[in-house]
Amino acid sequence: MRIALFVTCLADTMFPAAAKATVLLLERLGHEVVFPEEQTCCGQMHINTGYQKDALPLVKRHVKTFEPYDVVVAPSGSCVGSVRHQHAMVAGADAGLAARASAVAARTYELSELLVDVLGVEDVGAYYPHRVTYHPTCHSLRVLRVGDKPVRLLRNVRGLDLVELPAAEQCCGFGGTFSVKNADTSTAMLADKMRHVLDTGADVCTAGDASCLMHIGGGLSRLRTGVRTVHLAEILASTEA
Amino acid sequence: MSSKDVILDRIRAALGAGAETPEIPRDYRRGPAQVDLDLLVERLVDYKAVVHRLTAEKPDTGEPVAGGGVEGSGPQAGVGGARPLDDLDHLAEGRANAQVGVEAAAVRAAIAGILGAGTVVVPPGLPLEWLPDGVHGLVDDGLSAERIAAADGVVTAAAVAVVETGTIVLDASPDQGRRIISLLPDLHICVLRADQVVASVPEAVARLDPTRPLTWISGPSATSDIELNRVEGVHGPRNLHVILAGQ
Amino acid sequence: MSTFLGMPVHAPRGVGHLRGDESFPDAARTALGDSQLRRNLQHATTTIRGKSGRVIAELPDWQELRSAGSALKSYTMAHLPELLEQLEEKVTAAGGVVHWAADANEADRIVTDLVRAAGEQRVIKVKSMATQEIGLNEALEAAGITPVETDLAELIVQLGNDKPSHILVPAIHRNRSEIREIFLRAMPGVDPKLTDDPPVLAGAARRYLRETFLSTKVAVSGANFAIADTGTLAVVESEGNGRMCLTLPETLITVMGIEKLVPTWQDLEVFLQLLPRASTGERMNPYTSMWTGVTPGDGPQNFHLVLLDNGRTAVLADEVGRQALHCIRCSACLNVCPVYERTGGHAYGSVYPGPIGAILSPQLTGVADNASLPYASSLCGACFDACPVKIDIPSILVHLRNQAPHPRTEAAVMAAAAYTMDHPRLYRSAQRAAKLSRIAGRRGRGLPPPLNGWSASRDLPAPPKETFRDWWRNR
Repeated sequence: MRIALFVTCLADTMFPAAAKATVLLLERLGHEVVFPEEQTCCGQMHINTGYQKDALPLVKRHVKTFEPYDVVVAPSGSCVGSVRHQHAMVAGADAGLAARASAVAARTYELSELLVDVLGVEDVGAYYPHRVTYHPTCHSLRVLRVGDKPVRLLRNVRGLDLVELPAAEQCCGFGGTFSVKNADTSTAMLADKMRHVLDTGADVCTAGDASCLMHIGGGLSRLRTGVRTVHLAEILASTEA
Repeated sequence: MSSKDVILDRIRAALGAGAETPEIPRDYRRGPAQVDLDLLVERLVDYKAVVHRLTAEKPDTGEPVAGGGVEGSGPQAGVGGARPLDDLDHLAEGRANAQVGVEAAAVRAAIAGILGAGTVVVPPGLPLEWLPDGVHGLVDDGLSAERIAAADGVVTAAAVAVVETGTIVLDASPDQGRRIISLLPDLHICVLRADQVVASVPEAVARLDPTRPLTWISGPSATSDIELNRVEGVHGPRNLHVILAGQ
Repeated sequence: MSTFLGMPVHAPRGVGHLRGDESFPDAARTALGDSQLRRNLQHATTTIRGKSGRVIAELPDWQELRSAGSALKSYTMAHLPELLEQLEEKVTAAGGVVHWAADANEADRIVTDLVRAAGEQRVIKVKSMATQEIGLNEALEAAGITPVETDLAELIVQLGNDKPSHILVPAIHRNRSEIREIFLRAMPGVDPKLTDDPPVLAGAARRYLRETFLSTKVAVSGANFAIADTGTLAVVESEGNGRMCLTLPETLITVMGIEKLVPTWQDLEVFLQLLPRASTGERMNPYTSMWTGVTPGDGPQNFHLVLLDNGRTAVLADEVGRQALHCIRCSACLNVCPVYERTGGHAYGSVYPGPIGAILSPQLTGVADNASLPYASSLCGACFDACPVKIDIPSILVHLRNQAPHPRTEAAVMAAAAYTMDHPRLYRSAQRAAKLSRIAGRRGRGLPPPLNGWSASRDLPAPPKETFRDWWRNR
């Protein structure tokens, strides 16, 4: 299958390892990955901060960039959530754009959705000999409703010891600009999330969103806990070789 | 321009060309369902009501049911299945035939077991033969709040009960009386007939007449105001006993 | 004139409790520093989430009930003028008197005049969000009338000279030992040997209020539901203080927001299943009272219903935001909100805290008067899932953020960022410059405000050697 990568601006700039892993994983499974270079950012930060007018050109760009492709994947529940639930709204009165945005959204998948629902794979042949806990990010869980798809994929990874995260469904406190505008509240939420991660005894905390991992990882690093954050794509791309 | 006109104009302006009026999806459970009296007892007990089931075999005992343990009981004569609404209305009208099928001796025994002796307020339509010797019935003919509050308890019948929620509804019929009498005494004894029990909230709503004052009671007075845990016993009756007649 | 009068307006300033004194982040900072408060909130919200989850799981048709509740509320909003007039007609026919109040000032005046006309100096009150919203207690006190709150949590708040912090349990921020201290300090005639055992505390409230219930001739209540086709009002409660207020006095005054309508009697079957399970986590709350006008010989013989706008029509005018009027005040969204759980209700400034408050208060007052509230959420979506009438709170938050006044610097940065993102060449050079990491220094500790809020407790990741698109081009 020919799959277009919607890399997300955050993974492109700060977490290329997650994006590379997505490419290598899909290629290993026998698919062709293409990267439309005109893409930049889906506009989620602008939309969620109250700047829909500024986001409009970004939505237009996103739609135009990904329109030609039958299947689009992103290693981010949050950005796919924005495409699926916000782009048509931002298009607003421009009914033509809204319809095109909806069409692109219908073909856009978060990585675990693509693997399980579209490609029908739950065992991707990965090997990752670590004790891992999974944080189901809010937008994967409650906007996309990916359910246990990421967990099903992780359970099939050889060598991986999956440990359940207490209070897993609670937000880590990132929330985009929330972590800046309400830094104190965000920090209090993060403190509880980190405590739960540490309680599991895992050496790796994984998730399907680089943004939440940046937040949790930033806290874990500051406290020198030794627990690493690794994107789900990187775990699924790992092999014994 | 009156405030009524102002508000109505504002609403019309706010709605503009007209808001969406959706179809109401009614695919939740609505129709009559099997009544499970054992479950009713369980739910009442769960919210700290004490239940006394009258049985045909042991009409003179109404042993309290605690936990999930429910006495087995045989069929009791004179009690039919679900009753249509107008039939209920008819029953509520007069004391003479208000409680067909309730074995007075069994109710007497149950009340004696709960109260021993004392004074209870009773609504004007309640059969006085339900009261055991030693329990004085103070018939409410417009009693003062002070006299009601001073009584040891109150005995009423009921209009409807809901299995799923463990709820009893009073509708101020003559055998249930004014709302005040079931409120001030610290003990409420409620005599419920099996044919008044429905499975779900929609069935209860359908049976009730909204023009009557209604009181839905689910367990004794309680509060969730201290650390969000249910604690029994604030302003309403702290003791709720349900005498369940029939099966 | 009539056109002007008939346009929706926001709730007036200077009356009631819809606006806070400080912004949410500032108020939250104070709350976050109170470790006892945080323990109390965590304990209470964890308890209620567990209880509610268990009783909701008992119903196989919970989702169908939510859908019906949501549709019924949409229907009600679309037919509000007809339904309100129908309600008025039915209540009047049953012996009640209906009053219309365009705002808080008018509602306060109507109630005060009614109490005066009854010749009374004291009223008993059932917990009611509407009367808190309009600042009725202050208005009554200014008129020399003593309002006595009879709900246990409201009593704790009133005796403690405190403010409510939760829709359902206004004293949720207090634990049992704090409640004991408040009672010992401020409850006249309290037993000095009072313990902090919850039934003992409840018993103290029972003794304290009994005489007041029996001797007060006017009561003020809110309403959970008003049935348009029968004129029936419903109050859902637990303790029996509601029954006392609705049954014992000679005069009952009920203040109700115009959105509380339910079209038909039978429709109540939906809300009576949704509300208790979502709010207190009970299959049914201990007591629900329903009355239609006046019943001769039973209960208050004078019944007044005050229908309140106070900004609701302004909410209704926003096609996206009007969903906030569907709220049945269960407070499930507060109990599941990770922000509320940590800051408590006072940080929201308004009587409506939590996620629903963050969308309702700014719409009632105009967004400019509560500009920080739409941002008081990480948009995690837990509130939407918990809402028994499916109010899409996260979407409304985003919608209101788009209406909020923006700080000038932030707006400039956002515009510049959008411009850069819309020009791939600029975007690439911005990436390469990795300016952020240079300004930030190691671990981001040198970031300027407001970004230093992040770096106070989190490291920034080390910028990678090459971006993904560089790697893609070079592979």
